Amino acid sequence: MSSYRLPSGGLVDRAASLAFTFDGKPMQGFAGDTLASALLANGQRLVGRSFKYHRPRGVLTAGAAEPNALVTIGTGGRTEPNTRATMQELYAGLEATSQNRWPSLAFDVGAVNGLLSPFLGAGFYYKTFMWPAGLWEKLYEPFIRKAAGLGRATYEADPDSYEKCWAHCDLLVVGAGVTGLAAALTAARSGARVIVADEHARAGGDLLSTTATLDGLAGPAYADAMLRELASHPEVQVLPRATVFGWYDGGVFGAVERVQKHVAAPDPRRPVERLWRIAARRAVLATGAEERPLVFGGNDIPGVMTAGAMRTYLNRHAVAPGRRAAVFTTNDSGYALAGDLERAGVEVAAVIDSRPDALAFPGLRARVIREAVVSDAHGGREIQAVDVWADGKRERIAVDSLAMAGGFNPVIALACQRGAKPRWSDAHGAFLAPDVDGLSLAGAAAGVTGLAACFESGVRQASAALSDLGFRPTPLATPVVEGDVVPAPAPPLWMIPGVKGKAFVDYQNDVHRADLDLAVREGYGHVELAKRYTTNGMATDQGKLSNVNAIGLLAKARGVSPGEVGTTTFRPFYTPVSFGALTGAHHGKHFQPVRKSPLHDWAARRGAVFVETGLWYRSSWFPRDGETTWRQSVDREVLNVRANVGLCDVSMLGKIEVCGPDAAEFLNRVYCNGFAKLPVGKARYGLMLREDGFIYDDGTTSRLAEDRYFMTTTTAYAAGVMTHLEFCAQALWPELDVRLASVTDQWAQMAVAGPKVREVLQRVVDEDLSNAAFPYLAARDVSLFGGRLRGRLFRISFSGELAYELAVPADYGESVADALMQAGEPFGIQPYGVEALGVLRIEKGHVTHNEINGTVVPADLGFARMVADKPDFVGKRMLSREALVAPGRPQLVGLVPLDPAASFRTGSHVLSKGAAATLENDQGYVTSTAFSPHVGSTIGLALVKNGASRHGEEVLVWNGLRNEMTTARLTSPVFVDPANEKLHA
Amino acid sequence: MRYSALSLLLNGLTGNRNWAPAWREPEPKSHYDVVIVGGGGHGLATAYYLAKVFGVRNVAVLEKGYLGSGNIGRNTTIIRSNYLLPGNNPFYELSMKLWEGLEQDFNFNAMVSQRGVLNLYHSDAQQDAYTRRGNAMRLHGVDAELLDREAVRAKLPFLDFDNARFPIQGGLLQRRGGTVRHDAVAWGYARGADSHGVDVIQHCEVTGIRREGGRAVGVETTRGFIGCNKLALAAAGHSSQVAAMAGLKLPLESHVLQAFVSEGLKPFIDCVVTFGAGHFYVSQSDKGGLVFGGDIDGYNSYAQRGNLATVEHVAEAGKAMIPALSRVRVLRSWGGVMDMSMDGSPIIDRVHLDNLYLNSGWCYGGFKATPASGYCFAHLIARDEPHETAREMRLDRFARGYLIDEKGQGAQPNLH
Amino acid sequence: MASRVPCPHCGLRPKEEFTIKGAALPRPAPDAGEAAWIEYVYLRENPRGAYDEFWHHTSGCRRWLVVSRNTLTHDVYGARDVALGGETQP
Repeated sequence: MSSYRLPSGGLVDRAASLAFTFDGKPMQGFAGDTLASALLANGQRLVGRSFKYHRPRGVLTAGAAEPNALVTIGTGGRTEPNTRATMQELYAGLEATSQNRWPSLAFDVGAVNGLLSPFLGAGFYYKTFMWPAGLWEKLYEPFIRKAAGLGRATYEADPDSYEKCWAHCDLLVVGAGVTGLAAALTAARSGARVIVADEHARAGGDLLSTTATLDGLAGPAYADAMLRELASHPEVQVLPRATVFGWYDGGVFGAVERVQKHVAAPDPRRPVERLWRIAARRAVLATGAEERPLVFGGNDIPGVMTAGAMRTYLNRHAVAPGRRAAVFTTNDSGYALAGDLERAGVEVAAVIDSRPDALAFPGLRARVIREAVVSDAHGGREIQAVDVWADGKRERIAVDSLAMAGGFNPVIALACQRGAKPRWSDAHGAFLAPDVDGLSLAGAAAGVTGLAACFESGVRQASAALSDLGFRPTPLATPVVEGDVVPAPAPPLWMIPGVKGKAFVDYQNDVHRADLDLAVREGYGHVELAKRYTTNGMATDQGKLSNVNAIGLLAKARGVSPGEVGTTTFRPFYTPVSFGALTGAHHGKHFQPVRKSPLHDWAARRGAVFVETGLWYRSSWFPRDGETTWRQSVDREVLNVRANVGLCDVSMLGKIEVCGPDAAEFLNRVYCNGFAKLPVGKARYGLMLREDGFIYDDGTTSRLAEDRYFMTTTTAYAAGVMTHLEFCAQALWPELDVRLASVTDQWAQMAVAGPKVREVLQRVVDEDLSNAAFPYLAARDVSLFGGRLRGRLFRISFSGELAYELAVPADYGESVADALMQAGEPFGIQPYGVEALGVLRIEKGHVTHNEINGTVVPADLGFARMVADKPDFVGKRMLSREALVAPGRPQLVGLVPLDPAASFRTGSHVLSKGAAATLENDQGYVTSTAFSPHVGSTIGLALVKNGASRHGEEVLVWNGLRNEMTTARLTSPVFVDPANEKLHA
Repeated sequence: MRYSALSLLLNGLTGNRNWAPAWREPEPKSHYDVVIVGGGGHGLATAYYLAKVFGVRNVAVLEKGYLGSGNIGRNTTIIRSNYLLPGNNPFYELSMKLWEGLEQDFNFNAMVSQRGVLNLYHSDAQQDAYTRRGNAMRLHGVDAELLDREAVRAKLPFLDFDNARFPIQGGLLQRRGGTVRHDAVAWGYARGADSHGVDVIQHCEVTGIRREGGRAVGVETTRGFIGCNKLALAAAGHSSQVAAMAGLKLPLESHVLQAFVSEGLKPFIDCVVTFGAGHFYVSQSDKGGLVFGGDIDGYNSYAQRGNLATVEHVAEAGKAMIPALSRVRVLRSWGGVMDMSMDGSPIIDRVHLDNLYLNSGWCYGGFKATPASGYCFAHLIARDEPHETAREMRLDRFARGYLIDEKGQGAQPNLH
Repeated sequence: MASRVPCPHCGLRPKEEFTIKGAALPRPAPDAGEAAWIEYVYLRENPRGAYDEFWHHTSGCRRWLVVSRNTLTHDVYGARDVALGGETQP
């Protein structure tokens, strides 16, 4: 017989019938069902197949530790593999599909692995598949990979949204069973800020499954009353469907709330999941206990489940496991179930109690077999009988369901995630966790049994925590509990005698008792090695059900105590967390923020093509009608700058104001070249080193007043340089009176370059721009548009042309750029983008971070003479080390192909002509390339060993990746105006 | 006991009761020719090659925990030899060649899977950098291919090509790169070393180094004093502590790197992919879990665990690269202690005592280096001369300036 | 490390707001010997335990702090402004 819904009772809403499907088969459940309870109510006991042997599996638990009942739910981008049916709330329209079976759940070809199991023991794959060597990737591995894995993930993007938040509280209570609710209410009444998180849809924990009464109220009614009072406290937040998955440093807990995982069509305005980072001053762990399965043969056949789960389905969901059940127990808890089963009309064929001295349970009709074990369960896709060993005799008893009550493992995972080691307690027959670092355990999580004692424990631990925090807790009175079966701790039953079949320890990974024995025999007896060798505890439940049984069996095999074996390391996540929840809104276009220049819209209006540069979008080029390739646009823009005048947005350069009486001294120390004597009104190119002597960044810095400088950095290093300068100012030289302000976003900055630039600029700038009045490297505040606007003008040039950079307050950027374009129209002004900017600077031999690659010193780039002889600057001391001054260093050179029609690419390497293409013969590499309309061919910059003294040498530019070999000549890196006449024009 | 399909068959037929232990559990002897501190991948590999290739068999490997309890058992299992600089490139290629014959060599299936390592690029600058790197690889005969966007799309159509903040432009592919079952590497080397007479001694923590006249004469341990002719340190994240016992201060910081595995899935991704616009790399284990990671947390740590902010950053980059990961659930995260060096490259050198040898500074790249690290370290210990591929991995390179700085980040370990 | 760092100016703030530089070492005098400089730039005690480290409150007050913490337990003992002092406990 199969499982079925009882005609009455339970916490399901029989008026709210929900239709769903399993493997396409239509089924009905009720509001209040989990998918697991609904499947059982529909008689569907076979719900999955195991990982290795493809054994038929049924629902084993009623909670987060479920290893068997994993299904795929949803379709399309909402497909969710490996969903625990025991945790998934039922909703109308839910589509669930079983996993890891082919062609169907009932008839799975993979089950043949069970027959081969003698050869597929723990770690079998380490011992074979090695011959012939090539076949692993080609044959064995693809086969294994296809067979392995559980559900199938979708490749479609997720249509739903996620969010993250921070929350702060005095007390975090994890778990809202009787312990957690008592703790939370104690805290609430004392006025503390409380967050209570519970992983289930409905708070109450075991109160929802018990038949006991508290102060005369049924468990669920009592839980509801407590929740009602909690809701009346404004500083209390109860989070159902919220799993606290991790405990991190500084009292921060990670939790994921399943906001809309229980609806078919999520409201698009709300997230489906929300990540909570809860900063709690103290925490009480009221996470309850997990019931241990018993390790007998066939303990995985559908119809076998833990006693607590069977009781939950029976009492809470009104689902009976079958018509004729047996209960195999090591402690009193099995009797509570047996009594409930009988009351629900299920025949209890036997209670098999491993203890010799079990008490008689009043009112129980069932036969109790003492000092007995179930050695094997029998059945194929459903259990049909059990073998009971007692008095040295085997008896076969026909049953259609079997409960296992193997004792309890306190759920201590969170408490042990930060290094605390659990200790074995013989008295409890369990591993317990110490109270550490502001986190205390209460109730069943601390080994306490019984509703009243758990209640008291919750009150006590909350009160202690609150007192520490300075609150005055008023302890709650413990309710009068009637009808609770309080199991006294009983010795665990690890090794069951007489077992014939496979006795599973880790159900999902198909690790059975013999695998652990083998691990010990082969030297993998350490608990961590056994885990890694057998995969015990590595399934989706992370050993919640299997670890302690494995430890008990390893202890037996090694002849030591479970405490000596110890546990494996507890780590996040308590239960698996989706990428979506961890990601929140940061994906797709929102993966990183976007930075836009104040001239972004201006460039967009002029048809710019944009490119991502760090967080910025920069205008690359401005195509015109008739231009079909980017090269046509860029060549035109370059030629126009060289012949007429162009305007380029350089607002994204880092801009830093350096002010104060000691600003000059400060700059003199952060740059390797001299800045102390820079006159007011002048700009200077500066090189900044790291303390290890290598170049960090470059840029121009202008002295606007005696005590005020305006520094520019490269776009990529803007943030880093600012942080570095702050370090220098605050940590290295706090005695210097200097202030720093990042003003990158305050200024729109335009490079205006070309032989006709002066005429254009003079129409906008009020001051005299003649060469005499505003010479090369002049840098001053200027008046614009007849005094209507102030700006800053710098006569500096990246292109090698007569050029200026004009900075105006960001909000005026667009209008000033428009005005310049209008003023420049008679002179042929055109906007140019970063591509043309790059060509122009390569033609002029200016370096960027292509050349400043983090491993070059000033001399490598021809800047040896810039390094000033001054007492101190960042990088000074390391710059004179052996290797930094040794011959053979890479040095900056220019590169032109011998055949102007030929080209080469950045990243190609340079080989001496005729030398073999080997790493030993590598002379350097091409750092930058461009097609130079000025030269009429591709040109490049390169870092080549001793390059400065090799101008004129023919070399091979080697790009083995693309099989492109080009003969080229090393040259000076300056291709345009080497005498700098244009700059000074 | 030799492992083979036949041994599996015969043992299976006899109830798997006759498998011999994979290694002995010897009591430490009072003296060895070579004592290696650290029973992780590098220490075990060193012992294996010392015994097998260089004929030095009177060797002990001392491990304070269980065998392979360090980073060999908590990395993301990736192997590759796509290095740029001549100080690294030939060394990692030696490692790759050793991986390629490893399983037959030590008779243990470590599931070396050359499924390819693809580094995505998202900008011209990144393409240029990968061109430079790929060409350096080619110059040394290492396989490298530059894929364009469409070639990447053909291989991995489920990456975000359409809605990405940083569109994928292409990738550098090393087909010989891939993954290896990490624990099996430790076990294979341990079993191999043991079979050549090496004593692999677990649960034996070194608490001091005894020095006499400029030589290390042995180590104090929790299991007593153990003398040696040569002392070799391979303590990874704990190198600074062990070296301090010999009076040596190292250019290292120990940092935490987190790694992650998802729930088991049917085949989802068939190569190793690294994101170029954030810190994320992923592959799929033979068991079905997606194994992935990102950047170090950024602070010095010996705690073997990290914090949530980094977890979130990694997940964000993952979903940015593969939007379909959204509903995949992350099963477990863990942390390892990385010996981050000041230039991002390792140290294999004889140091200030005559007979003291140092192997450290692996940053988060130690796993792939395991075979070559062991081989070159064994070479150095046995012959007192560096192996030709590890010549530049000297300790004095920091003082002299001969840095091996692949990233060009300088002396700040958390940037490497 | 902590998930939150006690900034003397801003209070307890999440780790994400900070940039970490490394060991809080004093810079040698410009004329200190080469050995002192090499030690400063390259060599680290790298202790397993109490540790002083430079943290920058990048997304906050932009002050450099010396954060005192334990590298083994991740306990944070306190933080002070590198120039202004003002030790703050978490």
